[in-house]
Order: sequence, then C-alpha cells, then structure tokens
Amino acid sequence: MFATATIALLVIMCLALVRAFRGPKIFDRILAVNMFGTKTVLLIAVYGFLTGRPEFLDLGIFYALINFVGVIAALKFIERLEFYDEREER
Amino acid sequence: MDVVTDLISWIFLGLGIFLGLTGAFGLLRFPDFYTRVHAASISDTLCTACFIFGLAFQSGFNLVTAKLFIILILLWLTGPAASHALVRAAHTAGLKPITENSD
Repeated sequence: MFATATIALLVIMCLALVRAFRGPKIFDRILAVNMFGTKTVLLIAVYGFLTGRPEFLDLGIFYALINFVGVIAALKFIERLEFYDEREER
Repeated sequence: MDVVTDLISWIFLGLGIFLGLTGAFGLLRFPDFYTRVHAASISDTLCTACFIFGLAFQSGFNLVTAKLFIILILLWLTGPAASHALVRAAHTAGLKPITENSD
C-alpha cells in the first residue's frame, strides 16, 4: 500500500520537475519547486511508514517549514519585495 | 478491525494519489501561470490531507498520529501563504493573466 503511494508520489514529483524545466517564466519554476517540496514532505512521511520508522515524521515537519522559507526567500530575491523597508520609507 | 482501517486508509491514499496526479497533470497542461497555480495548490492542500489521513488511520492513536497532524496543519498554513506570495510577486512583476480578448 505504501509502496504504491511512494511510486505515485515519485511520478507526481517527476511531473512537477518537467514543469520546472519547461516553465517559460521564473514563476512557473518556483511554483513547480514549491509543489515538489510539499510532495517531498509527503514522500518522507510515507517512506517513514513504509520502513516502519516513525522518526521520519520529524524530518517531514522540518522540511515543510524549510520549503516555505525557501519559496519566500526566492520570491523576495526575485521581486525585491521590501517587506520591512516600506515602513521606514513612509 | 484491521481490515476496516486498511480499507479506509486505502481509500484515502487512493484519493490522495488521484488528486496529486490530476494536480500534476493540471500543472503541465494549463495554458497560463495563474491557472497552474490553481492546479498546483489544489494538489498541494487536499492531496496532502488525504495522504495524512490515510497514514493516520494506519498508526492508530499515538504520538505518530499527532506528528502527522502537525505536518498537516503546517502544510495547510504554509501552502496557501506561499501560493499567495508567489501570485502577488508575479502580479507586481507584471505578469498578465490570459483574458478572452488576448490571444
């Protein structure tokens, strides 16, 4: 059961990678990498269950946060959003 | 009792796999960035929920299930937030969605 889930997740991640390589604009790539990240979290959880090792879930929690930070960092780098500087300017 | 939980988790995992695959296909086939965000975020949140519930039924009621639901809550919070930031950045960067009058 978990094996089919793992294989399906790997297929989904490959499809996301295809979009990451083919995406015309930078935002398609970030979207694909974001989806790839969340699927990695699921893959870690399912693989933890597949091999009967519940410690993998801690990795999943950690990776979910890191993935979010990575996406926001990439967006801030690209669009140079001034989250904090705007307040000083006004 | 064991058959019931297996069946339930089978149903949830199957639903999760189906949603993930349709989300991934939507990510590939949709014409425009904004529609792809829709496809990807659907597969992000609901497919994750189905997987987490499928796994939670397998592990009964203990710390592992608590960790699973922590992961679910985190992904439900960060997924839409990331998608919102992404679309806002794309919009301010001047990415125009496809409307009827455009090609």
